[in-house]
Amino acid sequence: MSSSKGDRRKERIDRGIKVRSDSVYAISSWKEITYLIAPRLVLILGLALAPLVLSAAPYWQRVVSIICVYSLLAMGFDFLANYVGLVSLGGGFYVGIGAYAAALLNTHFGLPPMITIPMATLLGAIICTVLFLPCLPLRGVYFAIVSLMYPLIAARIVEALDIFGGTDGILGVDGFSNVWIEQYFLVLCVLVMVFALRRLVEEDIGLVFRGVKDNDQAVKASGININQYKAFGVFIASALGCLGGACLTHMYMWAGLSQFALDFSIIPIAATVVGGGGTLVGPVLGCLILVPVSELLRDFGSLRIAVYSIVLTGFIVFKSEGIMIYAARKYEQFERWVEI
Amino acid sequence: MSSEPLLSVRNLGKKFGGVLALSGVSLDVFKGDIVGIIGPNGSGKTTLVNAITGFIQADTGAVQFKGKDITNWKPHKIAALGLTRTFQVMRPYFSLPAYKNLIVPLFSPRARKTGGWRGGGKMGSRDTVAVDILEEIGFERDSYVPFKLASSLPTGYLKRLELARCLALRPEVIICDEVLSGLSMSEMASMVPLVEKLQMEGITLIMVEHRLRELFRLAGRVIVLNFGCKIAEGTSEEVMEYPEVKQAYFGSEEVYDYV
Repeated sequence: MSSSKGDRRKERIDRGIKVRSDSVYAISSWKEITYLIAPRLVLILGLALAPLVLSAAPYWQRVVSIICVYSLLAMGFDFLANYVGLVSLGGGFYVGIGAYAAALLNTHFGLPPMITIPMATLLGAIICTVLFLPCLPLRGVYFAIVSLMYPLIAARIVEALDIFGGTDGILGVDGFSNVWIEQYFLVLCVLVMVFALRRLVEEDIGLVFRGVKDNDQAVKASGININQYKAFGVFIASALGCLGGACLTHMYMWAGLSQFALDFSIIPIAATVVGGGGTLVGPVLGCLILVPVSELLRDFGSLRIAVYSIVLTGFIVFKSEGIMIYAARKYEQFERWVEI
Repeated sequence: MSSEPLLSVRNLGKKFGGVLALSGVSLDVFKGDIVGIIGPNGSGKTTLVNAITGFIQADTGAVQFKGKDITNWKPHKIAALGLTRTFQVMRPYFSLPAYKNLIVPLFSPRARKTGGWRGGGKMGSRDTVAVDILEEIGFERDSYVPFKLASSLPTGYLKRLELARCLALRPEVIICDEVLSGLSMSEMASMVPLVEKLQMEGITLIMVEHRLRELFRLAGRVIVLNFGCKIAEGTSEEVMEYPEVKQAYFGSEEVYDYV
C-alpha cells in the first residue's frame, strides 16, 4: 500500500461525556444525566405533544394515530428481523387478524374497546404464532416469501368463503369513546413498547434471541430449542401487529379486507430502512417521516408511489444506515480526519 | 474395561447423495477418556461429529449416551443431556462482548437447572459466571479480554471461546472439532494443559484433530478414519504402525509405479 501524502482516514472517537455516562458514573452530575435523558425525553414529549399541537387539524390528528399503528408494526418487524433473524413480510396478516378479532369480540360479545384490544392482541398473537409454526425452520428469504403469502391467503379465504362479512367486512364496531383516548392510548402503547423492547433485547433472554440470529448452530449446541425462541419472537412481533390492527378497527369502526393489505407488510420495512434497523426506535422515526409523506403525496394521485419510491431509493443509496444509527453516531462520537 | 461406556457409537453410516461419508463407524468412549479422532481431509471426521451430536441425521447405526439411545435426536436435546461440541469454523456472536457470548448457554434449561459450570449460576449472576469461566480458560481479566467484542478477538481466543461455550453448559462429554488447528505454537502450548485440566475436572473429551503431535500427547486412545471407515484404533504408537494408516497419510508405494 502506498501512503502518499494527503491520504486521510476518518477516525471516530467516543465523546467524553458518552464514556462518562456509561455506567454508575451517569448519576455523577446533571450534565451526564441530561445527556442520557435528553434523547429519550425528545421522543416521549414529541409523541405526547403531537396530538395536542395538531388538535386544530383533525385530519392530521388521525394521521398521528395511523403513524402509531405503523410504528407498532415496524417495531415488530425490526425486532423480528434484526434480533431473531426472521424477515417477516406478514405484517398485513398480523394487522388483519388483530382487526377481525377485535371486531368480532366487539360485535358478537359486546365488549368495549378497552377490553377487546388487549384480548385481540393476545388472541391474535396466539393465532398468528400457531399458524407460523410450520415455517419457523425456514430461514432468510424463504421465510420472507412464505410469510408474504399469509395476508394474501387470509384475504382470499375471507373473500371466497364469505365469512366475517366477506368483502363488506364487519360493520358497526364501536369507536373509541373520544378522540383523545384514541390518540393517547396509541401514543402510550408505542412508547411503552419501544422502551420495553429495547430493554428486552439487552436482557439475557434477548441475548438468546440475538444468538439465534447470529449463529443458530451454536445456540442448538448450547442445549436451547431455537424453534421455541423463534416462536416466541413471532409471538412478540405479531402481538404488536395485532395491537395495531385492533386499534385500527376501533378507529375506523370497521374491520375489512383492506386490513390484510400489503401496505402493512411493506411500509414497516421501508420505515425500518429509513429509520435504522436494529435500533427499535428507528422504525418509529421512519414511520414519523414516511406516513406523513405518503399523506402529503395524496395530491400527486398516481404519481404518489413514484415519488415515494424515489425518496426510499435515495435513502437506501445515500444513507443506508438509517436516521437513528446516523444520529446516534453523531451524538455519541466525534469524527476527525487523520493523516495516514 | 469393565464399566459401561459413556458414549457408544455403533455402525454409524451416512450418505450424501452418492458419496459415502461414513460407513459403519463404531467407537466406545469411557468416562474420563480423551479419545482422538484423526484422518486425512475428507475422511468423515466432522461428519461423524455432526451425526453423533444430531446436527445431521445418520442413515444407519445407533448412538448411545449414558445408556440412552440418542440416535438422530435433535441437537439441543443431546446438548441438554450433557454431550456438547465445538465447531470447526468458529462463529461466535460477533456483535457481543466475549463474556456475553456465554449468556446463551448459561440461559439454557440445562445450565439453569445445574447452575452451569461448577454450579456457579446458582450463586452469582450469569455475567459473573461467564467472566469466571473465561478467566479460567485463559482470558486475562486484568487486561479486560473477557469484555472485548468477540469480533476483535484473535483466533486463539475464539477457539477458547468455543470451548468456554461448551463448559458453560457443565457438560459430561465435549467433542472438540479441531480446537488446536490454526493456532500459533505458543497458543497451542497453552491449550494442551487446558485440555488436561478439563480431563482432571472429570470431563470426557473427544478430539478431532489434524495436529498429531499435540493430540498424541493428550489422547489415550486414537481412532483413524479414512474414506468414512474406521481403519485403526489403539494408542498413538499402535495406530501409527498400521499399514493402512501409513498408506492413508503417506500414500501407498504402488502409486509411484503409475507416476
